[in-house]
Amino acid sequence: MKIDTNGNLYTFIYAAVLVIVVAAALAFTAIQLQPLQEQNVKVEKMQNILQSVGFNPTVENASELYAKYVQEDFVVDINGERKEGKGFDVNMKKESRKTFKIKALKNKLQTAEGSEKAKLQDELNSLRASLNLPVYVCEKDGDIHYIFPLQGKGLWGPIWGYIALDNDFNTIYGAVFDHKAETPGLGADINKDWFEQPFSGKTLFEGDEFVSITLYKGGKGSAVLAGDSEHGCDAISGGTITSKGLERMLKEEWLYNYEAFLKKNKK
Amino acid sequence: MSKNSKLLSGPINLNNPITVQVLGICSALAVTVKLEPAIVMSVSVLFVMAFANVIISLLRNTIPSRIRIIVQLVIIAALVILVDQVLKAYLYDVSKQLSVFVGLIITNCIIMGRLEAFALGNKPYASFLDGVGNGAGYAVIMIIIAAVRELFGAGTLTLPGLGELQIIPQGFYDFGYQNNGLMILPPMALIVVGVIIWVQRARTRELIEEN
Repeated sequence: MKIDTNGNLYTFIYAAVLVIVVAAALAFTAIQLQPLQEQNVKVEKMQNILQSVGFNPTVENASELYAKYVQEDFVVDINGERKEGKGFDVNMKKESRKTFKIKALKNKLQTAEGSEKAKLQDELNSLRASLNLPVYVCEKDGDIHYIFPLQGKGLWGPIWGYIALDNDFNTIYGAVFDHKAETPGLGADINKDWFEQPFSGKTLFEGDEFVSITLYKGGKGSAVLAGDSEHGCDAISGGTITSKGLERMLKEEWLYNYEAFLKKNKK
Repeated sequence: MSKNSKLLSGPINLNNPITVQVLGICSALAVTVKLEPAIVMSVSVLFVMAFANVIISLLRNTIPSRIRIIVQLVIIAALVILVDQVLKAYLYDVSKQLSVFVGLIITNCIIMGRLEAFALGNKPYASFLDGVGNGAGYAVIMIIIAAVRELFGAGTLTLPGLGELQIIPQGFYDFGYQNNGLMILPPMALIVVGVIIWVQRARTRELIEEN
């Protein structure tokens, strides 16, 4: 008997079987490859942390160098107090979602009134209290550097990075940035040396005020032209939204969470 | 020329998916800023196209015609996810550079076009050759565009395994040569495609339409 390949029942069963077979095959490969993928992500994280203090680790020696030079990783809260846990294990994506929520709540609070205001304030307080902020301590040539991870939004997706401070908790020793899907040749250049290098030597505080870093548009030397060589760096020409996102990450989206911790230790 | 070798060589020149059929332009814009992602993308597309063609060709007599597009999409999507997962596990750096574009292979019109036009009506081996041929045709154009854009846009060529090679010597820059930033912007990819089409038509009589 010849099967009618255009019948309703046949079509239905065909679709169901196809989808189940494909789903099973994909689930199997995903599970098989997962350990390798997680290892890649971990190694990349170690590489980034080490790069922010000027090491140049390869995929092969990253774990070894990390174990040798990174002395400690811990977690602090929004008030700068130490919390339980390892800095390396903090899920940065989850934490950055919290900070964006905090920002949204703050905006809502400005227009809220009465009982709703109190409720929002409670929510904000508990969210702020739940933030886990990792700090890495790294020794290089006898000097101690403190490394802070960053999380923010670029044009097409998340951007992130690590910023290493000298032990005065003010001067930037080095910085690395990376991105998921910024425009190649433009915003994607935030992970290039020529962009990251000028961050070294800049300071985060003006007196006791946390001013962080400002990016100036207009090509090479625009930060100097703007008269801000203390806290200013050059933005990427043509990569405006990525540069803006990076600046926000350094100012109001992520790094400001560490303000209390930095102030407490500042020299 | 035998029929099989025609299947392989046709798409590289006379029936090129990008320059003659003008398909798959979107990825030609997106991943051709550097040579390495363009090469990896081409290999990924070639792999997906060849195997999707074979699978659809094997199933061609069983597929209900009413849902054939959905079946094709499921097969393509599955292969693309597979490629993406393998890249993430074994070529992590490149997978980061390609980012969303690997996922966008699913929407690459060339693949769906070949499944509809060829694999649904031909035997698996011929379909395999057709997929490889079209993948190669796609790859040739991608690599030309990427090489031109990277060379004039950044002065370098990035090859898998070799990293970034500085091709334009420092002496040129000292003399006043500058990289052409326009090359890096997406519109330039279209202009390069246009130039390639122009050169190809000027050289190949068969492609010139009669008035």
